[in-house]
Amino acid sequence: MTGVWIAVLATSAGCYLFKVAGLTVPQRVLANPRARRFAELVPVALLAALAAVQTATSGHALEFDPARLSGMGAAVAALLLRAPFLVVIVAAAGTAAALHALGVS
Amino acid sequence: MSTVTSAQPDARARPRPVRDGVGLGLAVGVSGVAFGAAAVSSGLSAWQACALSVLAFTGASQFALAGVIASGGGLLAGTAGAILLGSRNSLYGLRLADVLRPRGPRRLLAALGVIDETTAVALAQPDAESSRKGFWATFATLYLMWNLSTLAGAIGAGRVGSPQAFGLDVVGPAAFLALIWPRLKSGRTERLVGLGGAAIALGTTAVLPVGVPVILAALAALAGALASTGRTSAEARQ
Repeated sequence: MTGVWIAVLATSAGCYLFKVAGLTVPQRVLANPRARRFAELVPVALLAALAAVQTATSGHALEFDPARLSGMGAAVAALLLRAPFLVVIVAAAGTAAALHALGVS
Repeated sequence: MSTVTSAQPDARARPRPVRDGVGLGLAVGVSGVAFGAAAVSSGLSAWQACALSVLAFTGASQFALAGVIASGGGLLAGTAGAILLGSRNSLYGLRLADVLRPRGPRRLLAALGVIDETTAVALAQPDAESSRKGFWATFATLYLMWNLSTLAGAIGAGRVGSPQAFGLDVVGPAAFLALIWPRLKSGRTERLVGLGGAAIALGTTAVLPVGVPVILAALAALAGALASTGRTSAEARQ
């Protein structure tokens, strides 16, 4: 149990230090147009990657769970219809929950 | 003075940073129930689950650590993977520092809130003032909800049943997609970077430690930055 506490606290400290480091980097780093463009594009790349991984993988394997994929399909449909943010989320979660309830996956 | 405006030429809609932030904080914060339940069923105590949400406050890293503990993986590898997964927040911080310009002790507090969701809301706003409001509204709401729901999930683990029953497993990915949607619509480079990032992460999932593929996706942003600013000079920055 002590080992788990050390892991919990070390993870917390490490994650926090990375957050502080990003905010503390000198602003002149962003004066370089390439660095600025990179910093603009990083959230797009990482959030797209995170969405893909959370949708279509489980551990080390690609996993095409029909309920999750349908939920994301509903999100895309809602976004194409210019639905507000919360409607997009509810559409996705509602679709996935309904398919789970029907025994899909 | 409008450096941020120039970076977001597409955002013409009326900014609603507080509404967006509070809405996202409530919606995503609820999935703390999933983390609390997952952590306790992984073998963490309720206190340990709550400590992670209070102190680490970055969902993907928290889930990653719990997952490794559940699968009987080494604590050292689990910790390293969770921290590596959290390293993307420093890239977000790099971007947010330009917008938030926090000073002194406020910077130490702001740092705790530098995560996927706050970054996405802040950068979806058309001006710096809205970005700051969006950041703090998202941070405050999400922090409160995430911690309360972690506690609820940790206590109720085994009683709430599966988070999948409520579709909570798609709340995160759907939120991320919705948040980058305006950026994806704004330009071809953005779309290619998004697709590239997703492809890199999915393509390397089988062979790299959990969490690393998402960080590797930053290569797509690097390629996009070099391609879209490389017209005047051919030399690539390493």
